[in-house]
Amino acid sequence: MTAQTDRVPDGPALDRPVLDGNAMAGDLREIFAVDVTVARYMCAGCTHTDAVATLVVWHQSPGLVARCPNCSDVVLRVVRAPDRVYLDLRGSVRLEVPLEGS
Amino acid sequence: MARTAVSGRLIWRAATVAAAHWETPTARTLVLDVPDWPGHLPGQHVDVRLTAEDGYRAQRSYSIASAWPHPEGKVELTVQRLDDGEVSPYLTDTVEPGDQIELRGPVGGWFVWRDTQPAPVLLIGGGSGVVPLMAMVRARATAGTKQPFRLIYSARTPEDVLYADELRRRVRDDAGLDIHYVYTRKTPDNWPSAPKRIDVAALNTYGWPPDFAPDCFVCGPTTFVEAAADILVALGHDPRRIRTERFGGTS
Amino acid sequence: MGIISRGFGGRRRESVPGLPPGQYLTHDFPVLSAGPTPRIPLDRWRFTVTTETGEKKSWNWTEFQALPAEDVTVDIHCVTKWSKLGTTWRGVSLDTLLADVESSADYTMVHSFGGYTTNVPMEDLLDGKAWVAYKFDGEDLEPEHGGPARLLIPHLYFWKSAKWVNGVQLMPDDEPGFWEAAGYHMYGDPWREQRYQGD
Repeated sequence: MTAQTDRVPDGPALDRPVLDGNAMAGDLREIFAVDVTVARYMCAGCTHTDAVATLVVWHQSPGLVARCPNCSDVVLRVVRAPDRVYLDLRGSVRLEVPLEGS
Repeated sequence: MARTAVSGRLIWRAATVAAAHWETPTARTLVLDVPDWPGHLPGQHVDVRLTAEDGYRAQRSYSIASAWPHPEGKVELTVQRLDDGEVSPYLTDTVEPGDQIELRGPVGGWFVWRDTQPAPVLLIGGGSGVVPLMAMVRARATAGTKQPFRLIYSARTPEDVLYADELRRRVRDDAGLDIHYVYTRKTPDNWPSAPKRIDVAALNTYGWPPDFAPDCFVCGPTTFVEAAADILVALGHDPRRIRTERFGGTS
Repeated sequence: MGIISRGFGGRRRESVPGLPPGQYLTHDFPVLSAGPTPRIPLDRWRFTVTTETGEKKSWNWTEFQALPAEDVTVDIHCVTKWSKLGTTWRGVSLDTLLADVESSADYTMVHSFGGYTTNVPMEDLLDGKAWVAYKFDGEDLEPEHGGPARLLIPHLYFWKSAKWVNGVQLMPDDEPGFWEAAGYHMYGDPWREQRYQGD
């Protein structure tokens, strides 16, 4: 897998999402001790619910923008600065995070 | 326990390239020594970060190709060289045993297979999308579990097939593993059909019937993943049993 | 800093003196996008200035093309560390677009087709510092680069040069736009390396 995160694209820009929420796993695992990609989001736009891993991420952007695969509204944004990570969740009504042992 | 910061967060750390070998003329497996590796589930990936002397950085994600436990306690990545790539050519053409690379992982707990899942498994891989699926094939063998696996592997040409010899051997030695190849640009001699992309016929014939309720894993370029997942749903598979992982580019 | 990767060069770049801190020179024009490319037929295109009291002034494409335009050559600096020098554009100055607008607003929110927004202080749009650009390098601006028209405000990081621009809303107070709300700096001065909130 060659998911391309936050750097200049290697190929022609596609007009479709090229990555998914799996690509956010590393940045999010640096700030949370749990794997957020298995958490379930509910889209604030259309109430579609699924694992964060299924959010679709468009070709590089400064930061990662994860959109609902159902309605394309922005659900999450992740911006990784050198010494901190911003996670903007306003496009998600809530996150349901499974606990250890579930 | 993973070597993490006190709070349990993951950090970047150095891995040493212990060995390397070519899978095809353009894809290379790096065998890494990662101190205090906590283990991983098949399907997980690592992020690799390179830093040039002037401080310039580039980062990409690579699926882990190997299962855990590993006979030598190592972690393997298979890197497909992209001609206009920034990181992949470095990993295929420049890095040598003894070199260190910085990595963060294992990460990604959704696109994983656990050997405790009893259902038959359908793996659909496009190009280097087969890498995490190979980790699943290897993990099943390591665990010795009996869930039947079917792999549908789409490659451009026979020369592009990763792990060709190992897959042949595994199919020969294990009645529970079947593989069907789809060739999109050039087929082997005496192949019964012309080159073509993955289609309903291939998944219908060589996949599991939906009423077997298989766990489906689809990985590859975004257009491949969308096409294959759409076909699975059209054939009647439960979308909740389909897990996908997309990576950049066209098929 | 972490380990140096022996023999790693990376994308062709130069560290040229005179660039803002942390930037590298590129000769490519990377496309960065947060979503699908809006496809705007010219007969649907409008640019609207909305004052803080709700008054609107609007141009369709024909009217916009009739406005005085300028050819400018500018350096652009992307927050992902790439700088491109001497880029040529043709566009209508925000001085022209805001000329007859009555407002005491100090801040603006720039809007794009597709929902993208970015905030820019009013004074940073004026006095020859910003354009609504519709040609790049002598050609019509392509959709993937923000066409039919994008904001061009080269003295700030290039995320402020909103693609697919369709209006400016004047505001009394500063509010974060799309990336600013997600963690990017409210102002974005490349010379002070203002990439993220708190920089």
